[in-house]
Amino acid sequence: MAAEIGQYSLILAFLIALVETAACLVGAGRRDRALMALGRAAAFLQLAFVGTAFLALAFCYLNNDFSVALVAEHSNTTQPAIYRFAATWGSHEGSMLLWVLILSLYSAALAFFGTRLRETLQARVLGVQSFVASAFLGFSLFTSNPFIRLDPPPIDGAELNPLLQDPGLVFHPPVLYLGYVGFSMAFAFAIAALIEGRVDAGWARWIRPWVLGSWIFLTIGIAAGSWWAYYTLGWGGWWFWDPVENVSLMPWLMGTALLHSSLVLERRGALVSWTILLAILTFSLSLVGTFLVRSGVISSVHAFAVDPQRGVYILAIIAVATGTALAMFAWRVPQMRSGAMFQAVSREGGITLNNLFLIVLTATVFVGTFYSVFIRGGQGISVGAPYYRLTFIPLAIPLLLLVSFGPMLNWKRSDAGEVIWRLRWAIAAALFLLGIGTLILGVSRAGAVAGIVLGLFLIFGALAMLASRWRIGKDSRTSFAQRVWSTPLPVWGLALAHAGLGITTIGITAVTAFQTNKVIQMLPGQAVDLAGDRVTLDSVATVQGPNYQADRAFFNVESSFGTRELVSERRFYPVSQTQMTKAGIGVGFFGNTYISVGDRANDGSIVVRMWDHPFVDWIWVGAMFMAFGGMISLSDRRVRVGAARKAENLAGAAALS
Amino acid sequence: MNRALALIPVGLFVALIVTFYFALGRDPTKIPSVLINKPLPAFSLPGVEAGTPGLRSSDVRGQPMLLNVFGSWCISCVQEHPMLMELAHEGVVIDGIDWRDEAIDGAKWLNQNGNPYARVGNDRTGRTGIDLGVTGAPETFVVDAKGRVRYKQIGPIDADTWNNTIAPLLRKLRSES
Repeated sequence: MAAEIGQYSLILAFLIALVETAACLVGAGRRDRALMALGRAAAFLQLAFVGTAFLALAFCYLNNDFSVALVAEHSNTTQPAIYRFAATWGSHEGSMLLWVLILSLYSAALAFFGTRLRETLQARVLGVQSFVASAFLGFSLFTSNPFIRLDPPPIDGAELNPLLQDPGLVFHPPVLYLGYVGFSMAFAFAIAALIEGRVDAGWARWIRPWVLGSWIFLTIGIAAGSWWAYYTLGWGGWWFWDPVENVSLMPWLMGTALLHSSLVLERRGALVSWTILLAILTFSLSLVGTFLVRSGVISSVHAFAVDPQRGVYILAIIAVATGTALAMFAWRVPQMRSGAMFQAVSREGGITLNNLFLIVLTATVFVGTFYSVFIRGGQGISVGAPYYRLTFIPLAIPLLLLVSFGPMLNWKRSDAGEVIWRLRWAIAAALFLLGIGTLILGVSRAGAVAGIVLGLFLIFGALAMLASRWRIGKDSRTSFAQRVWSTPLPVWGLALAHAGLGITTIGITAVTAFQTNKVIQMLPGQAVDLAGDRVTLDSVATVQGPNYQADRAFFNVESSFGTRELVSERRFYPVSQTQMTKAGIGVGFFGNTYISVGDRANDGSIVVRMWDHPFVDWIWVGAMFMAFGGMISLSDRRVRVGAARKAENLAGAAALS
Repeated sequence: MNRALALIPVGLFVALIVTFYFALGRDPTKIPSVLINKPLPAFSLPGVEAGTPGLRSSDVRGQPMLLNVFGSWCISCVQEHPMLMELAHEGVVIDGIDWRDEAIDGAKWLNQNGNPYARVGNDRTGRTGIDLGVTGAPETFVVDAKGRVRYKQIGPIDADTWNNTIAPLLRKLRSES
């Protein structure tokens, strides 16, 4: 029954999305208020029906309805309830449903919160949104229907890939999709601006919070995925340059560029066409990611089951969405005035440079990811880390160096010498640490020292930015506490995000340069030294989990900070006949001890792989700082309601000439 | 903004979509290699660990065998690895080139995952890879007894390519020699 309700809801949602597209776009064109109101109502209805379809599928999973093919393929009676629920989006069909659900959520949010937005602009944005929604609902219905029945139904289902049976699955995909799909909002705003042939103050104020929100979700989602890979894949890697990871990184890089350029647009009314282009490209990269994971163009460790027919459908969606958008861009933008002017050395100039770097970085990842497609087919070959070490890293370093200078620049025109002077303490501290570090660790480690100092420089830069705002050491009519108290929230957000980037840089450099590992066959009672710690294998027990058996090894790790117990498991899932490791990780401020165990030999010994990962957690902590900085910035009242102040002067500036 | 400039994105995009479209229908196993029926180019590579023998092009002959290009950084190689272990177990001779990789990383990787290779050479700079026309890892060359390349597999060897392409070819080459 639930499956039928879901199926009908999906069909209704598809039809409603079509009606919504027509009502919104025609209504806005004719300034027909009744039609536009119909469009808004349709946005809520669409959410209701997609939500119903999603809940129906989740219900089938939770109730072990194996007559639904999807449930039979990805779930099992022994699977814990939380993973039966999360399995709803653990397959291609289900994840598409989640994708559309989140898209509908964003549309409904705009219909609900967008009452202060100009009505025709709101209608056009909703129209574009529902067009994308109808394309993907059609995709779901015609090529990957989640509700197909099996006759006769099997007694029990197959199993969700054990790698996916993890809290990571509950959390990571929804958050990631909230980021990915959120960029559709920026895309829809861009198309609306191109239809209208102008960008006004309301547009500039409204696009930024959506971009910022999506960026926050994407940051958290990518970090969560990386952490998940770190603790489940059993060898402590945290980033693999795998195509599927890359397709989440590309919208993030492009979205970061968009975030900065939309700031310039909001504050100064400059970079109009640039922001529109970035908005189109960012969401297009999200679409390309969806295409890549589901088309079989590239093989990857976590691609879904592939089907060329689905690939063609998604490619058609991309061709229509991005193709139309770029064609409109080429047609409309030459008629739009580019807005306020600025000099090369200025905040705007700095952000333009930041954008160029981010775009080139995105391009290197793009080429690396699709390399095998470009060289006349070679499925499953990868250029891997050596390629990115040669292209991505050398381009990322100058960008990271520039980050601290950007916020010190004045809008419109600035003086390079003055900026360097304002950063003198940060620069001096960084150079001093670089010298000391190289002296202590030797010239051969200079690269690693430089990487860590670069991270520290980002943190110093953020502090220097706050210090110069508070005018430390200068007289002022206001007290120091008052100046700290009156610091605008977006400034706090900026400082946190840039410092977070520094923390991540330190983590990446330290773990890459200084990690050590040991592989050893151990008997219970045996001890071994690892990076100054003493690791003892206490005992190995055989345990029975809800849907797996495991060898559970208990370790004792003695370090200068005390002793602690680590548990590492080798699990066997009989239903799918797969093995997986659950690493024992001792998390610490200065680094992690990471232990994974292999097969047990006849003499009771067990293969133990152990790593010392210095500062590795800083990678994710830094990402959380970035996301938190974004949230603080977003919580600023002026961003949220977009109080008409600065942006007012924009109104005329960018109108059709 | 200049109209010609504004046309660049849409132009690039059309080219991209066309490429993707043709990538969808393509059989990735059909790739011509200029080396087919030619002897392997000469190379001499050091081993991945001190004390282990390296790999020379003159080693790869005498019987039909495989020359597999891998790297510790390569994800698809991890996916392919169990297959190679099984083949080595069945007696297929496989030589390996640890491509664009630090020798120490290659050695660690083999220690962790098992070593299916008769000999392994480390091609740190990727120079030999260029001579061999390696486009990415993993790739596998089927070499006959006289040291001539007879087939090149791009991407991992799976059960399908093994059963339908490589195993029959090896059988044929064994009966030739």
